[in-house]
Amino acid sequence: MLNVGKIEEGFVLDHIEAGKSLSIYHHLQLDKLDCTVAIIKNARSNKMGKKDILKVECDINTLDLDILGFIDHNITVNVIKDGEIVDKMPLTLPKEIKNVIRCKNPRCITSIEQELPHIFVLSDLKKEVYRCKYCEEKLDRRTL
Amino acid sequence: MRHLMSPLDFTPAELDNLFDLAGDIEHNMPKYAHACEGKKLAACFYEPSTRTRLSFESAMLNLGGQVLGFSDANSSSASKGESVSDTIRVISCFADICAMRHPKEGAPMVAASHSSIPVINAGDGGHQHPTQTLTDLLTIRSLKGRLRDFTIGLCGDLKFGRTVHSLIHALVRYPGVRFIFISPEELRVPDYITEMLQEKGVSYEEVIRLEESMPNLDLLYMTRVQKERFFNEEDYVRLKDFYILNKDKMALAKPDMLVLHPLPRVNEISVEVDSDPRAAYFKQVQYGVYVRMALILTLLDIQV
Repeated sequence: MLNVGKIEEGFVLDHIEAGKSLSIYHHLQLDKLDCTVAIIKNARSNKMGKKDILKVECDINTLDLDILGFIDHNITVNVIKDGEIVDKMPLTLPKEIKNVIRCKNPRCITSIEQELPHIFVLSDLKKEVYRCKYCEEKLDRRTL
Repeated sequence: MRHLMSPLDFTPAELDNLFDLAGDIEHNMPKYAHACEGKKLAACFYEPSTRTRLSFESAMLNLGGQVLGFSDANSSSASKGESVSDTIRVISCFADICAMRHPKEGAPMVAASHSSIPVINAGDGGHQHPTQTLTDLLTIRSLKGRLRDFTIGLCGDLKFGRTVHSLIHALVRYPGVRFIFISPEELRVPDYITEMLQEKGVSYEEVIRLEESMPNLDLLYMTRVQKERFFNEEDYVRLKDFYILNKDKMALAKPDMLVLHPLPRVNEISVEVDSDPRAAYFKQVQYGVYVRMALILTLLDIQV
């Protein structure tokens, strides 16, 4: 089995649905950080069968938990300091998400209006439905 | 400052005030003839819509105000590539209130967020057309005397019709409203609407033939069934007559049932129905002017 070492300070994002780690890597813009990032794919998991894990060695204030909550609020966020887990941050579905997803409705004003932020608003917490703030098009979360 | 983007922007209590004002306008037109003197309405129509634009213009002129604007995107700066947010900033310097029709959904909302004058959504693509819904509600309230405790049949294209969807959302806020959805299988009301009705415990049924439900209706809201919405010619030919309202079907209805239609009507209501006292679709147009007058006064905060 492959072993990836501990990190000293940063986060471990655990219980990522297998295959989703790269998408999360891009949405969190980890490619723009000048720090060590380990992407572990298809790790064995008792709970999930297999899962992805992201280890990010960076300042703990760099992570946008809203984006992560939006993508998958079942991910476990472990905060690491001095090589130990010091906190687990709960993820919730954010009320609003800005410039993470583009509205795909060709009739939406966002398709022509320049500089307009793409905003999705949580319209049904129970069913986890987001809708475009402008045209109310339902977001298909499978496309994330 | 308030705008109107969706018919649900106003609470039922606020709508009551709006409709009371519209009712007073109906019976005391001269009282309001100078209410908007010195005020200007910008009718910014990025796509043609003669009836809605003329209704807004008529409303402002009845109030003694003036009207400016454009009636298609080619005669505006949009054809030069100007954004909606820039256009409304400019229009805000020329007028006191703006009615905007735009083919892109959400455009009036973008305008409202950059505007220093009230913006009314006069229709944005297939999304919202709130003043049509306000017109429908005022017509029902004025002619039925109430906005509660009735059975309304919605007939025709219930899948794509935005006026129908908006009206359902607006009516579920009133107690005792029961819905009968009358449409071919292909054009049934979307699932998210029936789910919403189930969650709210609102009574509804779905039927295919108009005749079946006629005797139970207090109101019938007709819409057009377009041939191109059908999957094949055979189904269209088989079903189209189910959705054409004529004298025979009217004979099955209650003596005080009302027929509404957002217009334009093509052939879904036979002209022989026009002379029936229960045909309310042309009165509905008149109520559209009254409700737009009330809306302009309310958004401009003008008391008469």
